[in-house]
Amino acid sequence: MGKYILKRASYMIFTLFIIVTATFFLMNAMPGDPISQQARKMPPEMQQMLRHKYGLDKPIAERWIMYLKQLLHGNFGDSFVTPGFSVNEIIKYKMPASAWIGIQAVIVGLLIGVILGIIAAFRRNTTADYIVMFIAILGVSVPGFVIAFLLQTVLGGKGNIPIAGWKSASETFAQGLRFTILPTIALCFGSIATYARYMRTSVLDVINQDYILTAQAKGISRIAVAVKHVIRNAIIPIVTILGPQIATIITGTIVIERIFSIPGMGNSMIEAINSNDYNVILGLTIFFSLLYIVSLLLVDITYSLVDPRISLTKKKK
Amino acid sequence: MESLDKSKFRIIGIDESEAETIVRPNLTYWQDAWRRLKQNKVAIFSLFLLILLFLLCIFGPYIGPDYKFQDMSVRNQGPSAAHWFGTDTLGRDLFSRLWIGGRVSLSIGFVGTLIEVIIGCIYGGISGYFGGSVDDVMMRIVEILNSIPYMIVVIILSVILKPGIVSLLLALCITGWTGMARMVRGQVMQLKESEYILAAKALGSDSNRIIFKHLIPNTIGIIIVYTTFDIPSFIFAEAFLSFIGLGIQPPKTSWGALCSYGQQTMDFYPHQLLFPALAICITMLAFNLLGDGLRDALDPKLRQ
Repeated sequence: MGKYILKRASYMIFTLFIIVTATFFLMNAMPGDPISQQARKMPPEMQQMLRHKYGLDKPIAERWIMYLKQLLHGNFGDSFVTPGFSVNEIIKYKMPASAWIGIQAVIVGLLIGVILGIIAAFRRNTTADYIVMFIAILGVSVPGFVIAFLLQTVLGGKGNIPIAGWKSASETFAQGLRFTILPTIALCFGSIATYARYMRTSVLDVINQDYILTAQAKGISRIAVAVKHVIRNAIIPIVTILGPQIATIITGTIVIERIFSIPGMGNSMIEAINSNDYNVILGLTIFFSLLYIVSLLLVDITYSLVDPRISLTKKKK
Repeated sequence: MESLDKSKFRIIGIDESEAETIVRPNLTYWQDAWRRLKQNKVAIFSLFLLILLFLLCIFGPYIGPDYKFQDMSVRNQGPSAAHWFGTDTLGRDLFSRLWIGGRVSLSIGFVGTLIEVIIGCIYGGISGYFGGSVDDVMMRIVEILNSIPYMIVVIILSVILKPGIVSLLLALCITGWTGMARMVRGQVMQLKESEYILAAKALGSDSNRIIFKHLIPNTIGIIIVYTTFDIPSFIFAEAFLSFIGLGIQPPKTSWGALCSYGQQTMDFYPHQLLFPALAICITMLAFNLLGDGLRDALDPKLRQ
């Protein structure tokens, strides 16, 4: 197990290195540097000074090594557009909002999706099953931003649910919860559909296994069979799609945060793209990738923990 | 009950020459698949819907005014007899714009998937067929590509390249083919143990011929199923990118770009968002439902 994690971690670092290098050189291949775009009105000497300050006058290879060193110290560099604001600060201030709706969406999506899948499988070929499968097909067919608009028009402004916005600093967690309701639903709608579909197939697979027949033959009650034997075994494959789903949620936040004007990292990413703030784009890209790669590793480790049949280290024959 | 005795039975004999006669017409794989698909009403309805959408994308823009024509006297109008889907903030006819946008969205879906199928088949075919260390190295590369969040790559590439259809396609395809390659590899690994591959080898076919004449054609059914699910994901991705302003640039348009504009005015003129959003949803729904039907019709594993 430890050996496996070590191996995966080294792959992870290698992958990150490739991502950093590729994005760094790609971003630098863009015509014009940020100074000539941002400081167009400044005299050339001034521009030169700024270039020197940000190290942009050095050859690209040297800058690349500098950047790698910076990253190793956990420093993602400074924003070019908002002077004196570092990418680390952006992450520090914008992360909580993104993490909040992200984690909430993963949990809510998983819970509802799995429950719907179980219902559909146990009531297969009934109205309940058809309704769930219809929701599932809608979930993969309707883009997240469309769901978001629908929610805004139908639910936004009703009761205590705001159309968009985020809690102010003085509000507590409970007070801020109302702002997260619509974004969370919009974000996890697609995941619900995917989980429900997988869970349904998985439960149907397990129901036909011999050990279920054995359990029934031994006279175990229906509910006990369902909970202890069917669901416990059926839920294992769900873990494998958790990884791709987390990716969907991470990218989903980019659009959802903008629609609901949530001060999160996705919103900063779009702002950075629109203002060509390439240090921020670079930093956030690397941060998003790191997040994704780490969660993939966690998913794999979880998988080996919940399913004793899977051993991550080489099979012993 | 009537009694049974031997006189009621007689031996009619067997005509040995008739034993091998084929009574029913011989169905090819495709005829069989089509027969199954026809029974699935939802899938056929989706197919019909998609054909209708294609026709509208081809001929729709010629029905109303030109999609670039701005008529400032009819800005932000709701649907009417003159402008079936209303007009936008610049007084352009949304019916024409919707189908022009549809051309872009659908062609990105199709071309993207085609590129993905080609790369995926070659890569997956080679990796699966040769196995061993070739497979190891090739799959490691896929693993690395896979652990990069797809959308992030797409965003980065779209930032760097000049926005447009070609760069959009490049960005979408650069890591998108890995899923197809994995699937083809899995299929090829299964199939290469079959007897007809052994027979082909015994007859002296080279690897090239075996991969492209035997292995790939035999996975084509599953590839088609995969493709129908892939086209909507390309349309989805294009909509996402255009929505955040990285995709198609004006005056060209796509469904995603139309949604993005519609979003800005949705409080006052909801129709500007409604129609493109609806177009995306219907297309995706139809492709997904058709894909489900095709999977039932083409996937031999589900036959039993």
